[in-house]
Amino acid sequence: MHVPADYYLRILPELVLTATAVLIMLIEGGARLGSRAALSGTVALIGTAAALASVAVQSAHRGEAFSGMFRVDGFSLFFHGLIIAATLIVLLLSIGYLRAQRLQRGEFYALLLFATVGMCLMAGSVELIMVFIGLEISSICSYALCGFWRASARSSEAALKYLLLGSFATAFFLYGIALTYGASGSTNLYVIARSLSDVLAGHGSLILVAAALMFVGLAFKVSAAPFQVWTPDVYEGAPVAVTAFMSAGPKAATFAVFLRIFYVALGRYSHTWFWMIWVAAILSMCLGNLGALRQTNMKRMLAYSSIAHAGYVLVAFAALGEHGISAAMFYLACYVAMNLGAFAVISNLAQQNERFIDLHDYAGLGFRFPLQSVCLTICMLSLIGIPLTGGFLGKLFIFKAAFQNHLVGLAIVGLLNSALAAYYYLRVIAFLYMRPATVEVSQPQRSLSMNVAMVACAVGVLWLGIAPNSLLNFVVHSAGALTGR
Amino acid sequence: MNSQPNYMANYLPILIQLGLALGLSGGILALSWLLGLHRRTRRKLAAYECGVEPVGDAQNRFAVRFYLVAIIFILFDIETVFLIPWAVVFRSLKLFGFFEMLVYMAIVLAGFFYIWRKGVLDWNTPERAE
Amino acid sequence: MTLDLHLWYVPLLCFAGFALNIIFGRFWSHAVAGVVGVGFSALAFADAVWVALRWLGTQTPYLEQHGNWISAAGLTVPFGFQLDQLSLVMLLVVTGVGFLIHIYSAGYMAHEGGFYRYFALLNLFLFFMMVLVLSSNYALMFIGWEGVGFVSYMLIGFFFRRDSAAKAGLKAFVVNRIGDFGFLIALFLLFQRFHSFDFTSIFAQARTLPVETSGAGILTAICLLLFVGATGKSAQIPLYVWLPDAMEGPTPVSALIHAATMVTAGVYMVARSATLYVRAPQASAVVLGIGGATALFAAIIGLLQRDIKRVLAYSTVSQLGYMFMACGVLSYGAGIFHLMTHAFFKGLLFLSAGSVIHAAHGEQDMFEIRKLSPGGLRKYAPVTFWCFAAATCAISGIPGFSGFFSKDQILSAVFNVNKFWWAIGTLTALLTSFYMFRALFITFFANPEGTAEPSPSHAHPSGQEPSEVADHNTLPHESPAVMTVPLIILALLSTFGGLVGLGDRFTKFLSPAFQTGLPPATGPAGSDTTVFAASITVALLGLLLAWWFYLKNPAAPRRLAASFPALRALVFNKFWIDELYGAVIITPLTVVSRVLLDRGVEQTIVDGGVQGTAWLASATGNTTRRQASGNLRSYAAWLGTAAVAVLFYVLVVGFRRF
Repeated sequence: MHVPADYYLRILPELVLTATAVLIMLIEGGARLGSRAALSGTVALIGTAAALASVAVQSAHRGEAFSGMFRVDGFSLFFHGLIIAATLIVLLLSIGYLRAQRLQRGEFYALLLFATVGMCLMAGSVELIMVFIGLEISSICSYALCGFWRASARSSEAALKYLLLGSFATAFFLYGIALTYGASGSTNLYVIARSLSDVLAGHGSLILVAAALMFVGLAFKVSAAPFQVWTPDVYEGAPVAVTAFMSAGPKAATFAVFLRIFYVALGRYSHTWFWMIWVAAILSMCLGNLGALRQTNMKRMLAYSSIAHAGYVLVAFAALGEHGISAAMFYLACYVAMNLGAFAVISNLAQQNERFIDLHDYAGLGFRFPLQSVCLTICMLSLIGIPLTGGFLGKLFIFKAAFQNHLVGLAIVGLLNSALAAYYYLRVIAFLYMRPATVEVSQPQRSLSMNVAMVACAVGVLWLGIAPNSLLNFVVHSAGALTGR
Repeated sequence: MNSQPNYMANYLPILIQLGLALGLSGGILALSWLLGLHRRTRRKLAAYECGVEPVGDAQNRFAVRFYLVAIIFILFDIETVFLIPWAVVFRSLKLFGFFEMLVYMAIVLAGFFYIWRKGVLDWNTPERAE
Repeated sequence: MTLDLHLWYVPLLCFAGFALNIIFGRFWSHAVAGVVGVGFSALAFADAVWVALRWLGTQTPYLEQHGNWISAAGLTVPFGFQLDQLSLVMLLVVTGVGFLIHIYSAGYMAHEGGFYRYFALLNLFLFFMMVLVLSSNYALMFIGWEGVGFVSYMLIGFFFRRDSAAKAGLKAFVVNRIGDFGFLIALFLLFQRFHSFDFTSIFAQARTLPVETSGAGILTAICLLLFVGATGKSAQIPLYVWLPDAMEGPTPVSALIHAATMVTAGVYMVARSATLYVRAPQASAVVLGIGGATALFAAIIGLLQRDIKRVLAYSTVSQLGYMFMACGVLSYGAGIFHLMTHAFFKGLLFLSAGSVIHAAHGEQDMFEIRKLSPGGLRKYAPVTFWCFAAATCAISGIPGFSGFFSKDQILSAVFNVNKFWWAIGTLTALLTSFYMFRALFITFFANPEGTAEPSPSHAHPSGQEPSEVADHNTLPHESPAVMTVPLIILALLSTFGGLVGLGDRFTKFLSPAFQTGLPPATGPAGSDTTVFAASITVALLGLLLAWWFYLKNPAAPRRLAASFPALRALVFNKFWIDELYGAVIITPLTVVSRVLLDRGVEQTIVDGGVQGTAWLASATGNTTRRQASGNLRSYAAWLGTAAVAVLFYVLVVGFRRF
């Protein structure tokens, strides 16, 4: 038995993250240090940074690993980078957040890192069982993280809801995998694609049922309508740092799986699944934006907004082909940056027991807390889609792709929705700068790591909006490689 | 829909096995019911014909620690099961397999260390209030 | 000789002013912040003049590029700036008027909090406006387009103690987003058709296309959608509703953004796209119709407003309608000419109004102002009065003043194409002259009845500037020199600025920018005697009527209003358009959203199902209780139902196909 060393280099980020997480578990179980959680947090940060750096190593060793289970190409590299960067931001903000909430326990970081391992596996694997394992690793950690704030009934309720509904949806996905295997005789996406292209037409409806079941499971995970029901409750109940995490990494990872399965393995059936995506895109955009319109709880508002943004990504998905995939990838990068930035500010302002989480608490904060307000404003502008922010270019490419593939109706619905959405994002800015304070919001604790997280996201949003070319070219290139087969 | 008429025939053995299993278990139950004697005395209907008399309701609340131990048991049990296929092909895996298993065992032991230090296995200490 | 104009210095200077004030402004005194804010706008203007002087020697289209903003996926958008006659006029008008308004603001805002913030935003506005008018492609133009919208939003809500200000800002932004929706679709269509966003490349390709006379083609669609964007930004029917509310902002902001510059961006954009519009006659007809209708409609509403700033706001809407009429008949030069003179006189009107409000301690109701100043305000604020009078003459088209020349050019151009819209335009001119002189007479002249003015028939939402020191006992006073000097300069421009257009000089100067590849559709817009006479007549008639109604015979308006109460209510309440929009668009959205907010769509629909099942279950004798986790169950039911729907879909498709 010989395993080339390249194989290990190809999963280096996963290895680094796993080792770090295990180390944190050992620290937690180890000597009774006074500042155990601080140590764990530092270790987690270093480990994640190392994992991010090891994506560079990974990129020097493209190719397949472990009997074709895992694949390092532009697509998986992009999502590895995105997911680990998102985790890094979440770590930065949760170090301050956990301190404010008196929730400092190292397990939080371990769970976060294990979830990241799962998501990285999802991004890189081209084999359905491996995808499923990655999905479950990340999901189970997310369930636990949701209920991490054990003193809060809402947090526990959120965890329970997420667990039950999530398992329900995962069952659909697993059943879809089983049927795919039944129809094609393989679980490897590329083998499936090949065998589906020459099997007799008789298996058509079997593979379609499989596609539908996988669609249900994945649409649930990205909180696309009509499978979005859990999102507002879970996002609202979970601790802000966890909500930030759930809205970024898992969404990106699941979209990676979504795109890969449907384009690589089921590309031949695009004329059928196209309509599922189409309907889901329209429903997500409309329900998400209408639901967010009058929310005053920031978490709940962003929950609905994340449904809407899933809808925008689905528009790119439905636009088929290289343009659509690259637009979806670019948009996800922008979405992760702007959403995490917003959540970083929210978690900073929330303070102990998440006292200040309502929009009305934000009245007049613009002049009291300039750094937080400016970062939040930039992220909100990007969520609206104002030029010079990532959100604008992301939407531009999505709707450009939609137009190019003659999805004029879908693009018009999307553009109308983004006009509508301006209202509730802008309301946040209006509260920050144009309303006198009504609630006495106490000074949030100074946390260097939180400030770094906020500023990094704001800068990222602007960078994506002003100088997007290097990332854009990378995305276009790797999207081409995905459909090239 | 079905252009391959014998496609479902592949599943025939499973169907036969299903039938056999159902028939066998059902048959045995039915036979014992048919052939056996039915004497419904109070003593016969007790949960245990001999031994301790059951006391109280079975649907009691009991300590969450039982679940914890049960789950941990299952986890380590399954992890140990992986040793068997490894042992079967140990010779062909050569040294590589040996070190792989060392890594694997190290991770399992790390988990064990964690739960041990967290006091999960410590039955006597009262549960810490969160 | 290769000319290097460094056009990007102009926006850069404005941006530097913004950056300095936003970062360091909080540590600075009013004086320093003011000097920085005004200073950088002055530098921008000086640079603009320098650019103009150098470029006027060659007068060939000038292009410069500074790297690529986007360069991927077959899409290249450079940070490119261009200069031609059209851009040059916009550049000078925006920086010039902007500079004057900066000076004025230093006096007007002197006692306000957030002085540095105000100047930072004003500089930022100039930056985006420069990007808008100098960009060499539609995508970069869109940056400026959205940017000015956002800064305008921030400035409308500048007085954050007023709830109505925040609401007005939101309204302005959301209405503009609807316009942008059209603009964006137009951008996608442009890219689809021409594979570029560059003006040069698009127009070069468009020149090879035929005029879409027989049927509406892609050019018509693009032009109409671009015009949707223009109606949002330039406040035309049906999206004009935000502009009157935008008057909640500080008055210099109204002058700069909501009168002189930003709102004319739509006109600029249509003029810039002239090459497309001349090939889409149906779209141009729509531009003409909407422009004419807006001009008339807004003028009618303006007749009865009491708030001096709202009168001016409706007159802005109306004047913008004129500019679009000019574009609609393809006389872009006349439209831009009017844009320029309008920037002078409307900027002046707003600044004078600001001076009046300043003099009257924050009062905006013209009748109240008259009550505050026994003997007429003109005695207390003579400079303001003469400036306001000059601007009124200009906007009313009194011969000799700037507005007369530009309006006459528009009307004669329209006359050559379409007599009906010419009549509408002339009627609008009559109304304009009437309501502007009405405003002048009410505000500055003593009440001829000598008695107290009757109080308004119902509560009037007259917003008050927070600077108001509620001391109505003191008499009005003239504004300081820092405010009156800009007024005087603008008054000179309003009076004599029209002379550049004598003998079509201005239009001829602009014409290279409108090389559409087609011969001009109409003959040279010579001043037809009919048009000329009609224009003069209506301007003087309006003046006379206003004089008769408001100075000579002050009881007449009331008698007239009493005889047509329904008509008066209709006009006074602005035709209830806001209420109509509220009922038709906003209420349904709010209701849907509220349903989602309170119960969630899932529960609304699924609960019905679950309760139905529960009823069925209890009816059949089972006891089904709804438990605490009821909504979890309904969520699961919803998921299951949705999954079944998806499965049903694929099965139907599958069976049909195979």
